[in-house]
Amino acid sequence: MGRYIARRLLLTIPVLIGASFLIFAMVYALPGDPIRALGGDRPLAPAVVAQLRDQFNLDDPLLIQYVKYVGDLLQGDFGTDFRGREVLDTIEQRLPVTVKLTVVAIVFEAVIGIIAGVLAGIRRNGFLDNLVLVSSTIVVSVPILVLAFVSQFVLGVKFGWFPIAGINDGWYSFLLPGLVLAAGSLAYVARLTRTSVAENLRADYVRTARAKGLRNRDVVIRHTLRNSLIPVVTFIGADIGTLMGGAIVTETVFNLPGIGRAIFDSVQAQEGAVVVGIVTLMVFFFIFFNLVVDVLYAVLDPRIRYD
Amino acid sequence: MTRPELSEHASPAALPGTPVLEVDDLHVEFRTRSGVVNAVNGVSYSLAAGETLAILGESGSGKSVSAQAIMGILDTPPAVITGGGIWFEGRDLLQQPAEEQRKVRGPGISMIFQDALSSLNPVYSVGYQIGEMFRAHRGMSKKDAKARAVELMDRVRIPAAKSRVNDYPHQFSGGMRQRVMIAMAIALDPRVLIADEPTTALDVTVQAQVMDLLKELQRDTGMGLILITHDLGVVNEVADNVAVMYAGRIVERGTVDDVFSDPAHPYTDGLMGSVPQVEAKGGRLQPIVGQPPNLAAIPSGCPFHPRCARRRLGAAAAPGKDCAADVPPLRLVVPGREAACHYSEEVLGV
Repeated sequence: MGRYIARRLLLTIPVLIGASFLIFAMVYALPGDPIRALGGDRPLAPAVVAQLRDQFNLDDPLLIQYVKYVGDLLQGDFGTDFRGREVLDTIEQRLPVTVKLTVVAIVFEAVIGIIAGVLAGIRRNGFLDNLVLVSSTIVVSVPILVLAFVSQFVLGVKFGWFPIAGINDGWYSFLLPGLVLAAGSLAYVARLTRTSVAENLRADYVRTARAKGLRNRDVVIRHTLRNSLIPVVTFIGADIGTLMGGAIVTETVFNLPGIGRAIFDSVQAQEGAVVVGIVTLMVFFFIFFNLVVDVLYAVLDPRIRYD
Repeated sequence: MTRPELSEHASPAALPGTPVLEVDDLHVEFRTRSGVVNAVNGVSYSLAAGETLAILGESGSGKSVSAQAIMGILDTPPAVITGGGIWFEGRDLLQQPAEEQRKVRGPGISMIFQDALSSLNPVYSVGYQIGEMFRAHRGMSKKDAKARAVELMDRVRIPAAKSRVNDYPHQFSGGMRQRVMIAMAIALDPRVLIADEPTTALDVTVQAQVMDLLKELQRDTGMGLILITHDLGVVNEVADNVAVMYAGRIVERGTVDDVFSDPAHPYTDGLMGSVPQVEAKGGRLQPIVGQPPNLAAIPSGCPFHPRCARRRLGAAAAPGKDCAADVPPLRLVVPGREAACHYSEEVLGV
């Protein structure tokens, strides 16, 4: 297992290089001149423009720019944005917000999704099963943007149950955005769990468990749930990475100064160093959580061995 | 194929002839969207301590469904037990609350299944799964249960039981997995063991080893053994009595020697004719013509009559014995032999 993990970690290096180069190239290809845009309505002095272009290597060809960037990166220098702000500072400030949002979303997704899915799977075609079916279909069909605005307006503005925007109420400010962010995955987890439980309840080994005279509770929890949750855990693990990078809409609507917002703003400002730094970090998280899932898979299912 | 004498495997601990399990006029139907399927239609038999009763029949004859009804593990719905009784230790299990039925499963009646790989949970070690019997029914600690699991694995002769107790089902061979199933089933010394096609998924050599093991355990414990199979060879080798099922009914019942040497029902007769015999090498097999009955629309009268060469219909039939109209009851034909055919005497030639 140790060798397997080491090999997988080594494999992340080429992936990170490839991903960061692609992002770098895409930012490079964006139309418009980021330096000119800095001045807004008032054009900058040509000398200032030239000095900034030189400082950020903007006149070099793409490949040279990239190599210089990676060279700095290897020395721990993430670079600065055009206003001279350290990218690392931005990440340090923004990441905790996104991590909190993701944690809240994953907890909602796992707890509500699994409980709803299990109850629906045990009593197939019952009231709860149909409720899960209808509500998950609705949630999946509504775009997250609509969901975000509607819930913000109804639950935040009308009823005043949740903070409308910002992060001034600690974890409480993350409840509603977390729920909105989790909604789609939550519906998917519920459906996945339901199918998996319903399928496993018909398995031969569940029949054996009943024939052994085990209590119904043990038949369901020990012999059905553990087997059923293997695909669900896999999905949730991989979803952590997706949610961290995919929170742009939620962070914007609820005005959360997180990573997603930072990416959005820097793409607009063509801040190459910021975009590449953050996205590469996201790619690393994504790979890391996928590795965690693969390891967890072997823990949950003894038939899977990597050595 | 020689059969051990009856006396050889009648355990001294058991009293042959005392019924431990009696199934009385059992009816099971499956209520599906496309209609009602009559899987078991009035099955009765009794099993004595130390007796091996083979239930013989083709797929869909109701042999497995009746066994699952005894165990109380039918999927309900769609399956519904619509009538009859299952008497075990003086009580009708069907009249007991679910919790009482559960307590019988394991210490009273237990069951082994055909495919041990899919019947064992892939994510728990075999030791855990065997030990569960002691934890669920005897309230043993995890550690004690595992120690008992090792003993049982020794008893079913799994080599190196102590080092293999923490292995998972997929790490065992097919024969060893079936031994694990057997160890689990006999853990609490049940009075009745139901083996549902225990050797069908195994190699022939392994089949013999597993059947020998079952017979040996039966000799030691005096448990009654219900062997569900479609393998005539296995029946001939290990069973004392046989009940032949067709379309959810028992159509013939007697000792294995009698039934195999001289069938009293045309269906049994057909089964015997469809088995390859060493002496008849080169000759043609005689298959039973037609298809097994559709259980959602069982033929009127004798369910076997559309496939039966001896059927008598209308004017050719004796009064009240029209094969297409009158259901033949299971009746005593000659001492020790019952058959459900209007014309069993002719089939037997007596």
